[in-house]
Amino acid sequence: MKSLSKIRLILIIVSVIIGIVYAIPNFFNTSQQVQSFNFLPGKKINLGLDLQGGSYLLLKADMDVVFAEKLDSLLSDIRSSLRKSKIKYKKLSIQNDIISFQKRGESSNEKIRSIIFSLDKNLIVENKLDSFFIKFSEQNKENITKTTMAQAIEIVRRRIDETGTNEPSIQQQGADRIIVQLPGLDDPSRIKKLLGKTAKLTFQLAHPSIFPEDLDKDSKAPPGFIKLQEDKNPDRFYMINKRVMVSGEMLKDASPTFDRNNSPSVSFQLSPLGGKKFGRVTGKNIGRAFAIVLDGKVVSAPVIQTQIFSTGQITGAFSVQETNDLALVLRSGALPAPMVILEERSVGPGLGSDSISAGKIASIFGLIAVMVFMLITYGMFGVFANIALICNIIFIIALLSLIQATLTLPGIAGIVLTMGMAVDANVLIFERIKEEFNSGRNVLDAIEAGFQRAISTIIDANLTTLFAALALFSFGSGPIKGFSVTLMIGIATSMFTAIVITKYIVFLYSKKKNVNSVFLQD
Amino acid sequence: MKLLRLIPNNTNFDFLRIKIIAFLFSLIILSGTFISLIVNNLNYGIDFKGGILLELRSKKPNSPNINELREKISTLNAGEVSIQNFGKKTDFLVRIQKQEGDQKEQIAMIEKVKTLTDKDYTVRRSEFVGPVVGDELKTAGIYAVSLALLSIMIYIWFRFEWQFSIAAILALIHDVITTVGLFSILKLEFNLATIAAILTTAGYSINDTVVIFDRVRENLRRYKSKTHYFIYNKSINETLSRTVITSVTTLLALFIIFFFGGAVLSDFALAMIWGVIIGTFSSIFVAVSLLTYFNINKGEKVDDHTNIPEYEREN
Repeated sequence: MKSLSKIRLILIIVSVIIGIVYAIPNFFNTSQQVQSFNFLPGKKINLGLDLQGGSYLLLKADMDVVFAEKLDSLLSDIRSSLRKSKIKYKKLSIQNDIISFQKRGESSNEKIRSIIFSLDKNLIVENKLDSFFIKFSEQNKENITKTTMAQAIEIVRRRIDETGTNEPSIQQQGADRIIVQLPGLDDPSRIKKLLGKTAKLTFQLAHPSIFPEDLDKDSKAPPGFIKLQEDKNPDRFYMINKRVMVSGEMLKDASPTFDRNNSPSVSFQLSPLGGKKFGRVTGKNIGRAFAIVLDGKVVSAPVIQTQIFSTGQITGAFSVQETNDLALVLRSGALPAPMVILEERSVGPGLGSDSISAGKIASIFGLIAVMVFMLITYGMFGVFANIALICNIIFIIALLSLIQATLTLPGIAGIVLTMGMAVDANVLIFERIKEEFNSGRNVLDAIEAGFQRAISTIIDANLTTLFAALALFSFGSGPIKGFSVTLMIGIATSMFTAIVITKYIVFLYSKKKNVNSVFLQD
Repeated sequence: MKLLRLIPNNTNFDFLRIKIIAFLFSLIILSGTFISLIVNNLNYGIDFKGGILLELRSKKPNSPNINELREKISTLNAGEVSIQNFGKKTDFLVRIQKQEGDQKEQIAMIEKVKTLTDKDYTVRRSEFVGPVVGDELKTAGIYAVSLALLSIMIYIWFRFEWQFSIAAILALIHDVITTVGLFSILKLEFNLATIAAILTTAGYSINDTVVIFDRVRENLRRYKSKTHYFIYNKSINETLSRTVITSVTTLLALFIIFFFGGAVLSDFALAMIWGVIIGTFSSIFVAVSLLTYFNINKGEKVDDHTNIPEYEREN
């Protein structure tokens, strides 16, 4: 019988040994025990956040804000380009995400268009008579989104790293989203707070003669100025010069400290270039209020006493925690876009370990129940099916470890379910053998024919199930993806164990024992 | 050792004789589903609806008080709130509707509940799903189920005849709809795990159908002189033992998940248990019964005796 070839036996033994080698680290709990298995190539299966506890955050960059900012800076670029080329214009403004202006004088439309395209060739420019309309193309928006997201991920990573969270995972999803996974962290409120600030810091001069006392919420700003709220007191306003003197990019370092009155504050150090600028501004404007603006709100506006160069202090009505966080976000840099939290899922360590033990109990009981049932249904052949089932489970665990899949609670359910379904291939084969036997074949012929005929059914049945699992995978949100992965692996391994391992054992047994009445007879 | 025999050898039930009764039964549960969908709709979880969910465990194991918790949370004026026991007596699931305003309001509400209950409860789990994500997940779920059905249909079409593929897919749709119906009638929470359960059910059910169809195909070639009716019945009977044994092992595993897998998995297991039962039913009574309405070609009018040993031949 060719099914009993040596090669087949070697294939089986090698695959089972490899399976055991990769599966074994998962059966030891503490890291010390794992240490003694260091010589093994395998690693433990990754546990999903629902099992080990932790937080999942789905963030979205608010790109509309970024587009508006970029359009603003495009406006000033257009203004200076037109001036440089001595082209007269009027009514240069932004409305509904479109920059528009009218030319005055004789300049040709072609020339104006080429000046604008020289700024960015992807812009959409339309003109009717003397009016020009400029807006971003999809290509522009895509490019802006790409660079913004690359920066945003970097800044998010820096901020999270600074908090000392273990093994955070930060990935981009889709065009403008970021998935943050924080294993072991069950209360992400600090991280959320840190990511909730863009931390755009600027130093701007205050109006020399309009003071907060003169302002209320209805006051209008004179040209070149903007009215800003105070950070801690929304009813207090400042009149701030629009021109940014020094901005957060020029910061070299920031750390929490205490000021002379012993209240919490943040000290900062500027880069050499920033220090030079800061020195020039403070030197020229002694006696004027210099506003520290964070995310569009005035933190404080101290009056410049002396010329200051590279180091300074940010004071405000801060708590110690706030200065810690502010220093952290300033050190890590400003987020290029505000982040919105779309989804948050946090699992505490208690629920996680409860789920693990429930999963363990369900797996063990499930295994026992299925094995007992197979034994009382098929006797000796049930034993073979059970050997195949155990091999199957070893393979599933080994493969999950090998590809470092993430095991989730639904994933454990997938394994238990696979136990129930995995015996199906064996059942198909045994029932077929029984039929062949009952129709008059001798034992060995019946076994041979039973396997041969059952296999096409097994492949058809399992492939169709695989399609459902693949659809599940494509649907793919965290835990569900984990479930579909275990299901797919289970389908593959159960086919292998039934077609190869069960077959080998059954042939070996029936040959050695020279059985002439099968198990299956009543 | 006397072995367990759930199904005797060589059964010869006339399954197709009761196909009208079976269709009637299907019709009843299908209309039950539609009526319930109109009356009850689906109890969408926050995955699809958006909103806030917290799982709390009382720190006083002896006297957890759901009314006290309810009163406490009602002081937040959070809109629609549902609080229920979850698994253990000390554990509660608090669901809060999506708050007015932007995402910040949602996050703030989670914090409010946490500080309010901090003294007496530990937070075991907290989730927030924004409405945008909820809608996307809903679309993705519909897309996944359709994709699964379509790919299964194409595969069966390719491996069998088109008639098989139509019968199989109708049986599958039957299973999917009635599983949704189960959630609507029992008012169970319909969430991401439910979609997983539905798709796994579909996978299980199609597995079952394909096994029977495989036998139908084989028997069609084998018994060319017999009626379709005979062949279909014979195919169901021949595979009956396997159908029952596999259902039993799968149900064993599922009942164990239901009882021991923890509260998070119990609805999932329940959906699957229903799915296995209805899937087995539909393979026999929907899929095969539908085949009787097609006149499937048996090929040439000679019995195919290749591969059939001498002693087994019919005529």
